[in-house]
This record gives sequence, C-alpha cells and structure tokens, in this order.
Amino acid sequence: MSANPLAKGGPIKTREEKIVTIMRLSAMAVAILLASPAVFAEDIKLANVAELSGSGATVGTNWKNGIDMAVDEINAKGGVLSRKLVVTHADSQSNPGVARAQVQKALDDEPYVLLGPGYSGSVKVTASLAEQAEIPEIMGGEAAELTKQGYKYLFRTSFGQQSTMPKVAKYIADDLKAKSVALMWVNNDFGKGGRDVIFAELQKHTVKIVADLSSEAGQADFAADVAKVKAANPDVVFVYLNEEESARALKELKRQGVNVPLMGETTLIGQKVIDLAGEAANGARGHVGLTTDAPIESIKAFRERFVKRYNYVPDHNGIKGYLSVYVVKAVTEKMGKVDSKEFAKTLHGMTISAASEPGILMDVTYSDTGDIDRQGFLVEVVNGKQVIKQVLPKLN
Amino acid sequence: MKTTTLISIGLGLAIVAALLIMPLYMARYSLYILSMWAVMTIAAIGLNLTLGYAGQISLAQGAFVGIGAYAAGILTTAHGWPLLSVLPLAALLCFVIGWGLGYPALRVQHHYLAFVTLAFSTLAFLIFRNEEWLTKGVYGIENIKRPIIFGWNTFRPLPFYYLCLAALAVTTALTWWIVHSPWGRAFLALRENPLRAQSLGIDTRRYTLMAFAIGSAFGGVSGVFYAPLVEFIEPGAFTLALSLNILLMVIVGGSGFFFGPFVGALIAVLLPEWLRFTKGYYLILYAVLVMILLVYSPKGILGFIEGWLADRRTRRASATRAAAEPSLRAETQS
Amino acid sequence: MSNFINLLIAGLATGAIYAIIAIGFTLLWQTSQTINFAQGEFVMVPAFFILAVLNLGVPFWLAILAGFAISAVVLGVLFKKMLVDPMLRHGVLPLAIATMALSIAMKESVKEFYSAEAQPFPSIIPAGSIDIFGVAVSLQSVGVLVAAIAGVIVLNLLLNGTSLGHQMQATAQNPSVARIIGIPVERMIMLTFLINAALVTFAALLVTPIYLAKFSSGEVLGLSAFIAAIVGGFNQVRGAIVGGLLLGVVDNLAAAYVSTQYRGAFPLLLLIVIILFRPEGLVGRTEERKV
Repeated sequence: MSANPLAKGGPIKTREEKIVTIMRLSAMAVAILLASPAVFAEDIKLANVAELSGSGATVGTNWKNGIDMAVDEINAKGGVLSRKLVVTHADSQSNPGVARAQVQKALDDEPYVLLGPGYSGSVKVTASLAEQAEIPEIMGGEAAELTKQGYKYLFRTSFGQQSTMPKVAKYIADDLKAKSVALMWVNNDFGKGGRDVIFAELQKHTVKIVADLSSEAGQADFAADVAKVKAANPDVVFVYLNEEESARALKELKRQGVNVPLMGETTLIGQKVIDLAGEAANGARGHVGLTTDAPIESIKAFRERFVKRYNYVPDHNGIKGYLSVYVVKAVTEKMGKVDSKEFAKTLHGMTISAASEPGILMDVTYSDTGDIDRQGFLVEVVNGKQVIKQVLPKLN
Repeated sequence: MKTTTLISIGLGLAIVAALLIMPLYMARYSLYILSMWAVMTIAAIGLNLTLGYAGQISLAQGAFVGIGAYAAGILTTAHGWPLLSVLPLAALLCFVIGWGLGYPALRVQHHYLAFVTLAFSTLAFLIFRNEEWLTKGVYGIENIKRPIIFGWNTFRPLPFYYLCLAALAVTTALTWWIVHSPWGRAFLALRENPLRAQSLGIDTRRYTLMAFAIGSAFGGVSGVFYAPLVEFIEPGAFTLALSLNILLMVIVGGSGFFFGPFVGALIAVLLPEWLRFTKGYYLILYAVLVMILLVYSPKGILGFIEGWLADRRTRRASATRAAAEPSLRAETQS
Repeated sequence: MSNFINLLIAGLATGAIYAIIAIGFTLLWQTSQTINFAQGEFVMVPAFFILAVLNLGVPFWLAILAGFAISAVVLGVLFKKMLVDPMLRHGVLPLAIATMALSIAMKESVKEFYSAEAQPFPSIIPAGSIDIFGVAVSLQSVGVLVAAIAGVIVLNLLLNGTSLGHQMQATAQNPSVARIIGIPVERMIMLTFLINAALVTFAALLVTPIYLAKFSSGEVLGLSAFIAAIVGGFNQVRGAIVGGLLLGVVDNLAAAYVSTQYRGAFPLLLLIVIILFRPEGLVGRTEERKV
C-alpha cells in the first residue's frame, strides 16, 4: 500500500497484507499435501509379467485378473502396512525372449516383488534375473525342475508337478487298481513335464504304460488319438491337456465308447471343461490343488466376486494370481517392513493360514525351495458337478 | 561432393556414434532390446540377400536362426565349446542345408522355393521339439553362457551389446562386399530379369542357390548370438511365425535396399516396445501402423524415401527447366 | 477296420472345412493375386460377429444372417477397398505382409474387445453318433461333410451354371482379355471377395461348434488352408477341394498309424513331394512363364 519505491516490501505490513500472506502460505501447504499423496506413505510396487498375448493368453489373462482383483480388495481395506499396492502389467507374448526383456524392464524399476510369468519356459529365463537382483518372484509355472535349481528368490503358487503326479500315480495304482495306463498329453513343457513325472511314478508302482500319445496345443480332432487309446486297451486313461482340448478329448472318448476311468488334473475336470464337454465329463476324475469348485467357503466367495467383476468363471490361474498378491501381503505384514531380501528369507518355511489371512483361501506352507504344501482333493465329476472323493491333507 | 552424399555420410556417422555412445547411458532393458535388434538385423540381412537381391522368397529364415541357436546352445552347454567356434560351424551347416533345400526346388520353378521353405520351417520346429535327446525338446536349453573373448567377459548387458554390434558390423561389411562383387551384380541381374540373365550366360540356378544358401548362413549366425542373448532357447521361439516376422522386417524396411533390414528390424523389434504404453492395445496399434505403412509405401520405408527423393529431384529439375525456358527459347529464336 | 472308417470320415470332415477355406483363398489369388495370410482369422471372426449379435438377444437364425451380412461388409468390401486395392499394383509380397499384420490386428482385437476365453458356439448339426456300415461315426463329422459338399455344389452351380459365374472364371483366367471382351472386371473381383466372405462365414458355422470360438483358432486353420490350396494346385478351385480333403485324411491317418508327435509333418511332406514331382499341384494347370 505504501507508495515508497525504495521500501523493499517493508517490515510493517498492514493487517490485510498479513492475512493475504497467511492465506497464500496455507494454500501452498495444502497444495503440496494434496499433490504428493506419497508424502506420508510410499506405494508398494508390484510388477507382473505374464502371457497376455500368444498361446498363453488365457493363462496370463486369468492370472492378471486375479492379481487386479486382489490388489483392489487390499487397497480398499487400507493397503499393506498402510501403503497402497500398485501393480504394473507387462505382456510376455508367451515368448521367453520377450518375457526376459519385460522382466528386465520391470527390474530396472526396482519393484518390491515380481509376479509371474505362468509359462515354465519364461520362468526359467527370468528366475536368474530375479535372483541376481535379489527380488522375489512369485510365479505360476508348474514344471518340476523350476524349484530344483537352488534359486532362493523363486516361489510357486501351485503344486509343482513333482508333488501332484506321485499322488495321481498312487491313486491310479492303489485305488483304481490299474495294471495298464494310456497317457494322453499336450506336447508343450506343461504337458510333457507332467507326462515325464507320471511315467516314472507309474513305473515305480509297476503299472504298464500301453499308450503314450502326444497331441498339439489347440488340436480339435482327437479321433486318431482316441482310436490309438482304444487299440491299446488300458485300465485307465490319464489325460493331461489344456481345458478346451480336454473337453474335446472327453467327448471323443465317450463317443468312441472308451469306458475305463479317466484320470487327470485341474485341467481335465474344471467347471469350464465340464461346461464344454457336457455329459462326456461325467465319470472323469482328477487331482486338484486349486479349484473354484472346492467346497470351501472362502473359495466360493472368491469365485462369486470374480464372476461379478469379470463375468466369467476363472480357471486355476486366476486363483494363483489372486493368491500371489495375498502372499505378498501376509509376508510383508509378518516382517512389519517392506524389504525384498528379507521377504525371501521370511517366506521360506512360513505357513500362512486362512484363518489369519482369508485372502490366502487355503492354508499353505512354503518350503525352503519355494515349493508349496497345501490341501488337495481327489474329485470325480458326477452329474456335471465335482464331488470330492478324497481329501489329501497337507503334509505338515 | 554432392550435398546428398555429404548428408548421407553425416547421417551414417551420427547413427554409428549413437549406437556406440548412447548405450553407455541406457538401462539393462534398453540394452537387451537393442541387442535383440542387432541380432535380428543379421537374420534380416540374410533374407534381404535372398529376397531383395536375388528375388527368392524364403519362409525358413526363422528355422535357420533356430539351427544356429541350437548349435550354439548344445555345443556351449553340453560340450563346452567357446561361442566363436560355433559360428563357422553354424554358418556352414546352414549354408549346406540351404543349398540342399534349394537345389531340387529350384529345378522346378522359382516361387516354389517359398513352399519348400514353408515345409522345412515346420519340420525344423518339429525336430527341435521332438528330438529330446539332442535338443532337450520342449524343456529347452537353459543357462547358455555368454562368451569370454580373449579375456573380455561379455556376461553383462553392455559388453554383450557391443559383441552383437560387432557381429552386425562384420555382417554388414561382408554383405557390402558381396553386393558390390561380381556375384552381387549377378544377383541383381537375376532379380530384374531371370530370362535375360540366363540368355547372357549366367547360371541362374547356381547364383540363386548361392544367394539363398548365403542368406540362410546369415540366419544361422544370427541364431548363434540369439542363444546367449536370451540365455535360454526352446522350440517355440523358432516357428514359422519367426520366419514371417523376419520377412516382415525385410518388406517393411524396403526389400532390396542395403539398409532395409536395419530399418525393418527396428520397426519389428522396437515399435511394439515403444507402443507398450498403450497397454492392451499395443499389438493392435502395431499391426495397424504396419498396414498403414505398407499401404502408403509398399516398397518399404527406404523405398518410400527413395521415391520421395527422386520426386524432389524431378521437381527441381522441372523447375530449373521451366526457369530456363524463356532464355532457351530466346537463344533458339535468335 | 471300424477305426479306419471312423478316421476316414473324421478326416474327410476336417478336410472339407480346409477345402472350403482353401477355395476362398484360391479364388482371391486367382482373381486378384491376393495371398491372404489372414484367411484363418477370417474364419474365426464371423463366429464372434454372430456371438455378439446373439448377445443382443436375437434368435440364432437371424444372428447367422447378420453374421453373413457383417462379414460381407467387413471381410469383403472393407478388406478389398482399404487394403487390397491400394496395394495391388505394387506386387504380391507387400500385400501378403499387410494381410499378416491384419491377422494380428484381428486376433488381438477379438482378444481385447471380446474375450481371451474360448466361447461355446451353438451347432446347426446335432451331436451324437450315426451308424455307417455298422460303425458308430460322429454325426457332427457326417453333418459337416454333407454341409460342405452341399456348399461346394452350390458354388459350382454358381461358377459353372450362371453367366455371372462364367464371367468370374474368365476374369480369373485372364483379367486383361476379360476386360477387352467387356466383362466388368472390377465388379467381378469384388464379387470374389464377397464370395470369400460368405465361404468363411459358412466355414465358421461348421467349425466353431467343435473348435469353440477363440481368438487363436484362426492360426491352424489358416495354415492348413494355405497348404491345402498349394497341394491342390494354386490355380483351380477343384484343386482346393482335393487338397483340403487329402490334407484332412492324411493328417488323421498319419497320426493314428504312424506317429502323433510328428503328425504335423505329414501334410508338409506331402506338400514337398507334390511340389517336386508335380509342381502345378495335383489338379492344377501348368503356369505359363511370362516373358
């Protein structure tokens, strides 16, 4: 207000000027507080690299959807240690070379934990990168050798084939009392991996393998394969294909009159397969680790939420993705801090119970190799629904 | 020297400098992608030799990359060979297979090589996948080590990038030499007019075979560097899809242009990465951009540039002529 | 023996599908030198058109008609005008690569905008078995085979029995001469594209109930149709039929009697043998060398 040009905004301020200054400073303070929500709590970065295109698109998309749902649920309840979870998704194109690039890109950004990939081949390439960077990798691959390399930062979300196949072989030999088995498997690292383990396991039980038939991913016509199965006259047929192919194989097996027990895994008797195969699915049996059809309240609730959000029933990859985020939550809360190196050490040997962390859906124990121990089920499809024949408890 | 030549040389030097210096400041991911670009360019250069210079369509370049990669994978992990020793073997192997494939097919009619290479591509994949005893089948070969060359350890991203760049440089020099040799001129003659070339006494079949075999050998070389780049190989990486992708690189860059493969590989390897910020739509955008590119410049990017430059030259010449017309007319009339 | 008949019929049914797709492929090549690498996706997409319309609550038969109509516009008219016409005079390869990019765009669009999951699709042929010579054969296989044969007969009648068909054939054999004798060549070429759109939609109706509607189902179909067209001899519609049937049967028999691991190799070996010993294909005409 003073007209003196030499006064440098002088020491005497009028009351109005003081009020204006206070208002200006307050506005700036509010702006600073609003503009950086991270002032009080930094976000926790999770990086997901998954098969969002290419042959694994169904696997990776389910995995991603599970993750997104878990992240939103956790953030809605306040996050982990009062910090928000932020997840980035990158497409590996179902190609290990691309998966490696995307994991490297994610690691350059220093995430807390790496999620995915689902394809065992892509896991193999990326595991060593995560190991070097000392960032935990929680992935969906099921191949047996993934956890046999001595990686300290690799963790599963489902049983490795080395855990499930012995159980299946035992059931085939002891419960179904089979002396001969025909194997049908899809010719990729998933199918061949399972086939190799069950082959060895069945031989331990002195069961003869009378047919060993590979099929192509995406194959539509199983007439030739089933013809060979029939000709071999087995006591049991072991079917280890992807969901759509399982449905087609089931239909063809029924049509050609193969009436012996059909045994498989989650990919043979999931709800999706039952829906696609209809009548032909009845009588099929399998071992399931994770299934949306389990008679467990938390899983039923999960399935409802998923269907409501995404309008379709998830496969086991959706559950795996969901779980992976809750594992992160459980471990971080146990540690009380966000530390990637400590994470790996803490998770080895840890048991996460569904009572204390409902998001984990079923109690799970992690071994020192990153393998999991969890309850499993032997089911049979009766009248279009999964019926539990045996509960296979956790080993510990 | 003409301005355009000066500009070209300047541009070339700038690019080489960028390729040498920029990586010093790049993150590991960017170095990996750039190395992938270099390796894929080698394969594309091979196909460009076959297709762009000699006019033959090969749909098996991806299979040759696979052969080179598996040679490197098997020999370095199971038998402890140093990587550089695998190089001549892989190149020779692919050369011989290429010659063998091409020989009977070219007896027939030239565009049937496309179909034979198509068949070979799928057969190669099946062999990679089914012959577990040799290739470890679907499980793939992991932990492929990056080489130590005369004491220089290329394990880290930056040194390995320089190795790939060096391989690309050598390939480029070799190709330059081939293209400017009498062989190269024979190839061009083949492409432009096979019948006339024949009438001039050029053994078209032998030169065509040569181009295809050399191009395939380059594919093998590319594979030898692909294996330690990814450090893991599996059959699924070497299907017909890879061959088609390399074909795309050659066409989009500009078939028959010396630097076409460089540009084409840039588009095929880098463009999808640049578009990833669009999340789920990046592949759709990539495909649409490629389609638009081809609709507006079917001769590829370099073809487009050449056409644009020629257009400019013509227009400038016409303008000069138009400007000179009055004085010319005055002269002739006087 | 019952096995053999089963496999034969199943193979013929699959082969009939390949044949229909290969016919469209061959027609496009003949009339406009278009190699359509997206042909497989052209079969995948109409199924999704139909599903999208069904989602609006429309009865199946109406959705089918809508599917044909949408395919005619998108896969026929738009494809020709936006991609083929601008590129045709620049040679075969750039257009082929463009169709490659188109196949990626179509696949990813379906995955992104509809679903990555396989969708069931209603069948116009009932499931079950039928007795042929005392062998229980899949009704679906027989139905597909019969429908395919019917479709081919209709197409044949069109091509050989109508003036329009004759004009199309003339255009295919020699466009320049056709133009000289007054055939509206451009319109004939457009007609070919429309026929292809109809053929792929028809194939989709037959195949999708079995294959399920999934964004990736075009890959195998496209390649098989391509091989069928070559085996039959790129130049003739008859050849596409023979090629397709042969391919389906060889694939099945090889898988059953030789090896399932290498089942993909036999059609290709067949391809190589045919190329080397009968390069014009089984039924094709020898191509003249243009000087």
